[in-house]
Amino acid sequence: MTTETAEVTRTADYATSHSSPTAELWRRLRRKRLAMIALMVIAVIYGGGLFASVVAPYSYTEQNLDRGLEGPSADHWLGTDRLGRDMLSRILYSSRTNLVVTATVLVSGSLVLGNGLGLLSGYRGGLIDDLIMRIGDIFASVPGLPMLILINATLSPRVLEFTRWVEDHTFISGLVSSGAASYLTVFAALSLFSWVGTARIIRAQVLQLRERDFITAAQATGATPFRIMWRHLLPNVSNLVILQVSATMGAIAGSEIFLSWFGVGVQPPAASFGQMLFEGSGARTFQSNPHLLLVPAFFVTALMFAFNLFGDAFNDAVRGR
Amino acid sequence: MAAYVVRRLLWLPVTLLIVTFLTFVIARFGPGDPVSIAAGQFRDPEVLAQVRAERGLDGSLLEQYVRWLGGAVRGDFGESFLQQGFTVNELIFPKMWVSAQLGFMALVVVFTLGIPLGLLAARLNGTWIDPFIISALLFLQAIPVLVIIPPILWLFALQFDLMPVGGWGGLIDIWWIGGVIAIPIPDPHLYIPLLSMSLGGFAGVARLVRITALEIQTEDYIRTARAKGLPESTVQLKHVLPNSLLPVVTVVGFALVGILEGAFFTETLLGIPGIGRFTFEAVVSRDYDVIMAITSILASVFVLMNLAVELTYGWIDPRIRLGEARS
Repeated sequence: MTTETAEVTRTADYATSHSSPTAELWRRLRRKRLAMIALMVIAVIYGGGLFASVVAPYSYTEQNLDRGLEGPSADHWLGTDRLGRDMLSRILYSSRTNLVVTATVLVSGSLVLGNGLGLLSGYRGGLIDDLIMRIGDIFASVPGLPMLILINATLSPRVLEFTRWVEDHTFISGLVSSGAASYLTVFAALSLFSWVGTARIIRAQVLQLRERDFITAAQATGATPFRIMWRHLLPNVSNLVILQVSATMGAIAGSEIFLSWFGVGVQPPAASFGQMLFEGSGARTFQSNPHLLLVPAFFVTALMFAFNLFGDAFNDAVRGR
Repeated sequence: MAAYVVRRLLWLPVTLLIVTFLTFVIARFGPGDPVSIAAGQFRDPEVLAQVRAERGLDGSLLEQYVRWLGGAVRGDFGESFLQQGFTVNELIFPKMWVSAQLGFMALVVVFTLGIPLGLLAARLNGTWIDPFIISALLFLQAIPVLVIIPPILWLFALQFDLMPVGGWGGLIDIWWIGGVIAIPIPDPHLYIPLLSMSLGGFAGVARLVRITALEIQTEDYIRTARAKGLPESTVQLKHVLPNSLLPVVTVVGFALVGILEGAFFTETLLGIPGIGRFTFEAVVSRDYDVIMAITSILASVFVLMNLAVELTYGWIDPRIRLGEARS
């Protein structure tokens, strides 16, 4: 934990030594060609997902059993799967699935939970600090993947029941058919496991910041603890938050794919990279219809590669390199 | 330092208690009822109640948990629901042994390949080879395990027929020459899982070694060594090499976690009777006692491993003092 503290201090000095840290950071990042290419790859894949309903040539559920397992052609640029569904459209909608899960988990897990608990833990100290950090220790020490599989496998039917109930008893409809229930389980399970790292880093930084004069000054003027955390501490740790987000994006996006591959993540009919990879992953299937695996594999690898490159470059930029 | 270790060790049982209790509740929360499967065709309430009592599934959730815990601390994890007549221990330990062997071999591959490559890249810093190696490694790290296995299988097992498609045959295979001379070789079933499981970890280790070696080149004590006229080879072998290896020890834990998670996919795709595949089967078929046993054993191993990793930080780099950030 102390290693984190040392690095953290360096970024904080940087944050206070420039007039506009964000502009400076962006300037530095823009000079890195690889980072920009990576950012573009992420933007293209996720952009396609975001506008999937407009861009996709077919629906992701539309089947055409006469034309199953076809290679790339003018009608279907990336070929069709076993059920004759258009692979390109499936990819675009898978990317949307991945974007939704990654973004919501980052917001709830890293930004809201990680940030909030880290600030609270570092600023209040004492019993609250102990409690939050011990809970964090438990989450950090349990084996992640088996627990995620367990939670998703057992709880997703319950969540599905719950959404059915919501549909029956309120005016909201279309939840079950859109597969929202499985999104919810994956999102909740991943958020639960993704806040610890951020909270620890934020806490370590706040422990140092709270001894500074400007915090004492704020306390002297009678600012409430909430105001101090929100207006005085948060802006000073925002760099760390962004850094943490850029470092964990790839892992979270990957987790959704892993879980869906095992069949405990996002459920059909919703499209997911994990399902697509699974459908193409037998050795014999690969021999006869390589495009079933190669198409999703290309996009998944490109996405992961871009996340890694961007995370590294961003890390360099924040540390002033 | 000693107080810190003691505090962490005292905290260990509490962590395990909370983790196992949560797992217990989550596992019981799922759909379906294994009791009705275990009861077979006799579905009358009496039989069901009897099975429930035999399996320790009567009473409140807390009572059930306490009963389970009583057995677990004595190493008795109960009986499997689905494979009747087998105790959980009989089922999981052979599988854990398979996974442990595979994981250990993967760990060996990760470090024996990763360290030299990292050092090589650092030595060639400034030439085109270094960035080439680094980009290749970054790329390897980005390929998920579940993407790489089918092409490897297709290439080596189906196209060239060099190795078996899947399965498990232990670590050592004997190669007979003329039926007389026996040469022990690694079992051919090992190659594909080892290759797929160690790719990501090996790239990570190589990158870490390279970065450390490059940073060490600029340290004061290296300049001193050069200044006093030591030949470059001595500087590299005696000063740079040992110091670049130190941080590697600290990633053994992380590498092991990565290998374990990779094992879920590798074992499932390659039909290896290991614990990763078995965990998944147990979760899907809701074999309560198997899930509980695996989770508690894995959680204990994880917690101990995390502690060991943290302790090695302090041991390797005395500048890091454990427990201070907490005060």
